[in-house]
Formats: sequence, structure tokens, C-alpha cells
Amino acid sequence: MQKSRFPLAPTALMLALLAAPVAANEQLEPHAPNGGWKHSGITGTFDRAALQRGYQVYKEVCAACHSLRLLSYRNLTDIGFNEEQVKAIAAGYEVPAEPDDNGEIKMRKALPSDHFVKPFANEKAARAANNGALPPDLSLMVKARHGGEDYVYSLLTGYTTPPEDVKIMPGMNYNPYFPGGQIGMPAPLSEGAVTYADGTKATVDQMAHDVATFLTWAAEPKLEARKQTGLKVMIFLAVFAGIMYAVKRRVWSKLH
Amino acid sequence: MAHQERVPFDNPVIEWVDQRLPVFTMMAKEYGVFPSPRNFNYLWNFGALSLFVLVTMIVTGIVLAMQYTPHTSLAFDSVERIMRDVNWGWLIRYIHMNGASMFFIVVYIHIFRGLYYGSYKQPRELLWMLGVVILLLMMATAFMGYVLPWGQMSFWGATVITNLFSAVPLVGDTVVTWLWGGFSVDNPTLNRFFALHYLLPFVIFGVAFLHIAALHICGSNNPLGIEPKGPQDTIPFHPYYTSKDMFGMTIFLLFFAGMVFYAPNYLGHPDNYIPANPMVTPPHIVPEWYFLPFYAILRAVTFDIKIPFTDIIVISSKLGGVMAMFGAIVALLLLPFIDRSPVRSAVFRPIYKKLFWVFLLDCVVLTYVGGMPADAKVEWLKIQQYCDDKNVCSWGGLELQYIGKLAMLYYFGHFVILFFLPRYEKTLPLPQSIAAAVLGNKA
Repeated sequence: MQKSRFPLAPTALMLALLAAPVAANEQLEPHAPNGGWKHSGITGTFDRAALQRGYQVYKEVCAACHSLRLLSYRNLTDIGFNEEQVKAIAAGYEVPAEPDDNGEIKMRKALPSDHFVKPFANEKAARAANNGALPPDLSLMVKARHGGEDYVYSLLTGYTTPPEDVKIMPGMNYNPYFPGGQIGMPAPLSEGAVTYADGTKATVDQMAHDVATFLTWAAEPKLEARKQTGLKVMIFLAVFAGIMYAVKRRVWSKLH
Repeated sequence: MAHQERVPFDNPVIEWVDQRLPVFTMMAKEYGVFPSPRNFNYLWNFGALSLFVLVTMIVTGIVLAMQYTPHTSLAFDSVERIMRDVNWGWLIRYIHMNGASMFFIVVYIHIFRGLYYGSYKQPRELLWMLGVVILLLMMATAFMGYVLPWGQMSFWGATVITNLFSAVPLVGDTVVTWLWGGFSVDNPTLNRFFALHYLLPFVIFGVAFLHIAALHICGSNNPLGIEPKGPQDTIPFHPYYTSKDMFGMTIFLLFFAGMVFYAPNYLGHPDNYIPANPMVTPPHIVPEWYFLPFYAILRAVTFDIKIPFTDIIVISSKLGGVMAMFGAIVALLLLPFIDRSPVRSAVFRPIYKKLFWVFLLDCVVLTYVGGMPADAKVEWLKIQQYCDDKNVCSWGGLELQYIGKLAMLYYFGHFVILFFLPRYEKTLPLPQSIAAAVLGNKA
């Protein structure tokens, strides 16, 4: 019996070549915190406590400069706040109201349906307050950088004294995880920068872990639904593939 | 139209319709009894898979279009609204986004299957050429679709690629302004790309219909590359190949779903989650993976072609690159007339069989080079000398662009070799018939 086969060995060789070494980069590779991420893996779900602590870090530290424009206060119910808490959080901010009967625009308390209030009115104001640098919006930061949440975590914990041969420009800070190694943002986290309500010790490592978790949720709020749906779909398809294989065998048995 | 004897249907409703419009007879003829060679392997699943992905893309695309806004100031946020606030929007969008990659994976395998088993040869030349037209249309559609989310890669990819047309002599700049609908990639560009991105899939569908119609005229090729000689060589499409396609489809769906649910952004570029900003150029502009071999060919032409001993430039490097890139597709289009070997399948062409794998490897190398920065070096291959201002020289890694140039030359060289190969290649004896080869003594 003669049978033509598609050789697999050359294909494997090609795939191996694809993994050839990449030109060395001065930038350090981002890494996950010790213990990894609870939301990674096929069945990963967000660490709710870390999300809430991360929100606290964002609110008390990052939000001074960084906006989170794609999020609304109502979204915070997803990370375990109840509606009363969300209303209270929103009420802590002010947004411009609709024009009143005299056409005047007054400020009102924010509602859960309002978007997160931005720290600066516009780009010019943001640059003026930050030595000309623009603090980027953080809504999609985790998806907009190679390395994702590992990058955010590594960057936040990666501030260190520069090596002797690196000259830091005035107003810049050394961080080997940042492209080029020089970043406008000074180290934002310091031991005890926030006081966690749940008693967790606010180390730099802990805060970086929490805020990176929070930003992962902010960038991909449907992560849990995606992974849970995915598991059901994969199980269904695997079973269906088995059935289809049996059908195919059965049909073809008439020929062989 | 000559009417064949119609076999009546038992179901009275179907029979009533079929007497007046014989669609059921046609379906039975083209997908029921349609005699197909009995020896297809699983590589013959990929045509059906392509059609499946095309339909998936059209359906998800229409749903996305209901929520998407093609305006420079709203496009990015409307996509994010789909991801966050529209019910199951994240799923539809991830299916569509990864579906583009799946489409190219499936179609590239389909094309390389055709190359290996000589499916482009007489009498299937037109079938093959229609397929290359589909590939070209897919590229245009995918390119414009990638622009729609209006991220950084969308904007800068659109700028780089549309700028290629400025290489056209005399009218280049005018053509680019006309394509943009302005003096840079801007709202009119986004608007027309959206209109065309909605239109072209239906054009693809039309050409795919012709592709399948042409297939049903001459019948499918098969791994042996010999024509069926009688009923013992063929089996009805249903239930044999419908069942085989369904199994293959489920395995493909496992892969597709795996990407959508567990690595939805793996094939994308992080920069496209940054809103488009004409004032900030990303450090490394790369197209989507499926364009990389062609991008590598484009970038491999870095030299002007001059009249010898003068400084008169006949073809600038830019025009040369564009010509080479389109030439890569034209070479595929003309392949049936380049490779004239009467033997189709590489199984019986010992030299071509090796050349096929070298060509595939070449395409993989081009893909790799296309994805790397233009000034990348192969660090472990320290065979190039670099000297600084003070003439202090040291050995460093070979510049990747040289490998890209070689790979580009080989891409075209492959077609030149194929043109001359039939004169020198001793092909192996073909089997008597498909049945004889498959069933051996039992036939």
C-alpha cells in the first residue's frame, strides 16, 4: 500500500528557527511578582481583595497624575464594592452639571454613571504640572505594553540607583525596565504610602502587585467571563471532536 | 440550458420548489454525490475551513459595524465600548480580531497544499489564479480592517502602506492624496477604509464562489496528482468528505477558540491599544504577522537601480521595493505558466519535493526578518566588521538585512528554478490509478 505523507521534520525545524535569539536589549525583561498572578492561567480569577487594595493605591497615589478615562464609577461594583459604596465613592468627585435655566454650568457631585474624573483638564495642563512630561492614561496600560501586568509591576518595583556609566538627564529617574532606562515619573510608591483597611502591610512590592492587578482588570474587565466561557467552549469542542471522529470512522469503515 | 433527467424528491414541498427552481437538485449534485478522489488527506480540509472563516468574519463584522463609529475622535473609544459595555461585545470583537489571523493561517496552508501537490496545474490554472485574487483581496481587507480601531499601529501602518503608492512615477503623490482624501491619513481615510472594509468581504465571497464553481468544473486535485479514471477512484462528497471536514473543522475550532479565549492579544501588537497620535511615531512599526514576508521583500530592496556608469536612476529603491512586493504575488499568480512539469504532485517529483521545503523555509525566514527592526543584527553570527570614527574595528553580528535580501532573491529564484526544472528532473513513475495506489491489490 502506497501512501503519501507530509513530512513533519522540516516544519519542526522551521519553528525552531523562529525562536532564534533576538538582538540583546538593554531593557530588562519584565517579571511577575513572587507567587505569580491569581488571574493568570486557564481558570484564573481576579484576587478581589487585591483589586480593592489596588483601587485604593490608584486613587491615593496614581490618580494625582494619571487618568483612567475609560472607566466609570459604576464599574467598581465588578471588583466587589456594593452600590452604596460606589455612590459614596462617586460623590467624592465633582463634575460639570448640565447648563441650568440661566445657561450657567455649575459643578455637581459625580454619579456612578459618570466616568472617572481626570486629574488634569487637558494635555497642556498635565504637561505644565509634570515638567513637560505627559502622564499617560492608565485604562489600557496593561494591554498597551509588552509584558502586560508584569511590566507594570516590574516598573513600579524597579527603581534603583543608576550604574556608574549611565548619565541621568535632569528631572529624569533611572528605571531599567523603562525603554531607554530614563523615566520622567519619580518612584511613585514608598513603604506605607497607603494604609490598607484590611490590615495588609503596604510594602512597595505589595502595592505594586495590587495596583497592577487593578490595572489588569481596568484594561480587561471581562477577563473572568472570557476564561470561564472559554473553558466551557473548549470542553464542548473536545467532546464534539470525539463524536465527529467516531462519526468519520463509522462512515469511512464502509470503504476500508 | 440543457435539462438533465431530474430525480424526483419524496418531500412534496421540496419537489414543488425543485420542479420550478432545481436548487435541491443542484445541491445534491454539487455537495451530495459530487464525485471526489478517494485519497484526500487532511490538508484538503482547508478550503472548506477558509469558507467557514470567511462567513464567520462577515457575520461578526456586521455585528461589530452596528456598534462601531468610523470617526477619528470616536473610533478608538467605540471599540473599547464594544469591549466593555456591549453585551458579549468582547467575544465578537476577539473572534473578529483573531479570525483575521485564522483566515490567513488557513489560507496559507491551503496555498502551500496547492503548491506541494501541484493543484495549480492544467486544467486548474484559472482556479488557482482566482485563489490568488482572493488572497490579494484578503490582504486589502485585512489591512483596512486593522486601521479601523484607530490605534497607533492602525494609524502608522496606514501611513506607511498608503505612502508606498507615492513610489509610482509621475502621479505617485497625486494618487496618495487621492487615496487619503486629504493631505495625511485622517478622518476621510478612516471613513473610506470602513466603507471598503465592509464592501470587500462580499467581493471576496463572489470570487470565492467563482473559485468553487471552477473547482466543480474540473474536480479536485488529490495527493497523487493524477486524474480519477473511473468510479472506483472516487467517492461521493457526502457523507465521506462532509464527515471528514466536520472533524477537521472541530479540531480547527479548538485552536481558534484557544486563541480567542486564552491568548486574544497574542497575535496583535500592544501599540494598537494606544489611541492614534499623528505627533508620536512608534519606535518600531510592524504590520500584522501575515504581511511580514511581503514586508520583508519590500524592505529588502534598499538600492536604486541606475543606468550603468551614470547617475540616472531608473528605479528608485522605494519603487523597486513596491514592485518586488507586488511581484511576489504576481509570481504566484503566473505559477501555472511558469512550472510546466506534466507531473503534478511533489510525491513523484524528487527535486521539486526538496525545493518546496526550501521555499517554505524561505517564506518563514522572510516572515522572521519582516518582523525585526530594519537595523537588527544576528548576534551569534559574528562575521561582520564594524569600525568607529577612530577606525577601531571589531567583529559583530551579521546585519539581518543581508539575510532578508538573500531570502528575497531566493523567493524569486524559486520561480526561475521551477521554470527550468522540468527539463532536468526525472520524475517517478505515476501509479496506474488512485484506486490502485490506495487499495493496492484489493482494487
